[in-house]
Amino acid sequence: MKRAAHRALRVVLLLFGVSILCFLFTEMAPGSFFDEMRLNPQISPETVSALRARYGLDQPLVVRYGRWLTSVARGDLGFSVAYNVPVAPLLWTRALNTLLLTTTVMVLTWLLGVSLGVWSAAYRGHWFDRIVATASSLLISIPEIVIALGLLAIAIRWRAIPIGGMMSLDHDELSAWAKVTDVARHLLLPTAILVFAGVAIVIRHVRASVVEVLDAPHVRASRSLGIGRVRLLFRHVLPVAANPAISLFGFSIASLLSGSLLVEVATGWPGLGPLLLEATLSRDLYLVIGGIIFSALFLVAGNLAADLLLIAFDPRVRKGTLHAD
Amino acid sequence: MTSKASATSPAKQLVLRVNGLTKAYRRRRLGWRSHEVIVAARNVVFEIGAGETLALVGRSGSGKSTVARCVAGLEKPDAGQISVSGAMIGELGGCDLRALRANFQMIFQDPGTSMNPRFTAAEVVAEPLVIQRIGDRSTRRARSLELMQEVGLAPSFADRKAAEFSGGQQQRLAIARALALKPKLLVLDEALSGLDLSTEAQIVNLLLDLQAAHSFAYLFISHDLALVARLADRIAFMAHGEIVEEGSIPSILEQPEHPEVRVLLASARTAQSTLAALGFAP
Repeated sequence: MKRAAHRALRVVLLLFGVSILCFLFTEMAPGSFFDEMRLNPQISPETVSALRARYGLDQPLVVRYGRWLTSVARGDLGFSVAYNVPVAPLLWTRALNTLLLTTTVMVLTWLLGVSLGVWSAAYRGHWFDRIVATASSLLISIPEIVIALGLLAIAIRWRAIPIGGMMSLDHDELSAWAKVTDVARHLLLPTAILVFAGVAIVIRHVRASVVEVLDAPHVRASRSLGIGRVRLLFRHVLPVAANPAISLFGFSIASLLSGSLLVEVATGWPGLGPLLLEATLSRDLYLVIGGIIFSALFLVAGNLAADLLLIAFDPRVRKGTLHAD
Repeated sequence: MTSKASATSPAKQLVLRVNGLTKAYRRRRLGWRSHEVIVAARNVVFEIGAGETLALVGRSGSGKSTVARCVAGLEKPDAGQISVSGAMIGELGGCDLRALRANFQMIFQDPGTSMNPRFTAAEVVAEPLVIQRIGDRSTRRARSLELMQEVGLAPSFADRKAAEFSGGQQQRLAIARALALKPKLLVLDEALSGLDLSTEAQIVNLLLDLQAAHSFAYLFISHDLALVARLADRIAFMAHGEIVEEGSIPSILEQPEHPEVRVLLASARTAQSTLAALGFAP
């Protein structure tokens, strides 16, 4: 209970720190949302000043931060100047789309990554292991944007899957099942790009930790007892090899919101990516800050999930004796 | 107290026969598809009877552990045959090999790392029974406690993790695990190397007591000649992957023939006389 309270306090302090840094950096950044208006001869400087005053942007940094904190307490996360609505509902709608994409990606990436990693470790040096190693090296060395452009080009050429957006124009007229398949078909391209971009890291991590444990003396001892491959893998190897993979898994949860931004922009998926890109380009500061706070929240949640999983999987972490080993 | 016979009785039932065992490793070298072949064991031949201890002695890198790993089924020999209780290891597979493995067990140099860190002592000892699908959970636990008691560990330690035991206790636990399937042969690969002298003496006594009670055969891998003299009936010296000299302990220690054996004995005697000069040796 005491540890949980400590942890909660640390989370609150972290979020405070992130928000203060966001305000400081955005203050230092040149330009503001109203700069373009100033260039428009049809809008008078007085109008621009009035608008700045209306949104409180003429106030000193401390006052603005105080007002923003009040709006956070109300659950608004500030006010978007470009959309003229509170930031939180705007972010939440887009975040749900991003979460749908990234959760699908994470499930597929880990299913594929763990299976291929364990399999190639179990058949070390075999032709299968070599193919997986070559493919993962290739995928790691290609930047995400190149994979995105390559798959986009293929998708455009083949016209087999829809490109851009999350649903077809006639989505509302479809039956419930057809709506699901419609969204799934739109998910295919961004999902494929993100799985290709992320799976190699998981394969490498899982393979390395499984190989290390396969060489461990206790596994050799179990082999000398005549243990079967399945029991060896699931009872002796995977529980011990899981720790580094769990930490990586926590990091994956942490990057659920931020990991797909570039691909969302490239494939037109209506998630946080395009919204935050627009907000950054138009200097809609509260929207940018809200997006960063959302990401920080997911980072904290991801780390917490990784810690809980480690506690569940490793008795040494549970007893707090890992550091003594 | 325990006592040892000094020579092998020819009437004893043969437990292990190793005939022409050869094992080579390929080590990668710089360059495209460049390999160096290292012959770790070459045409190794020996036999061990029931209740007998053969010590395999040699310098580091002489091939002793390779032979031990091949006998324990951890490595596949390139040539030669290994038969345990008359059954050829190389000719068996699947369930038959698993059943045969109950006849021979290995005890490793570092007992701590040879046990799953997540397992309790009772789970470690019961693991061979689980692998061989013997008994249900409660009978396996009962057998574990019985074995722990036999090797001098209190059954109240059963739910402790293996890592929480001392080095000597861990080696006792490893012995209990090896005894679980009532094997005919125990392969001890430098099993006493990491222990202090008093713990080592206790484990030696335990091994001798267990041998007297169950007629186990031991293949004892070591480079400690004092220990070998205490535990073994026969001694086989290995050098460069080959057995260069084999015989009873007195005959080898008194009249060594091979230069490698003479060097090893001389270094052991130098160590002994140094200890005596310092007032530590008897």
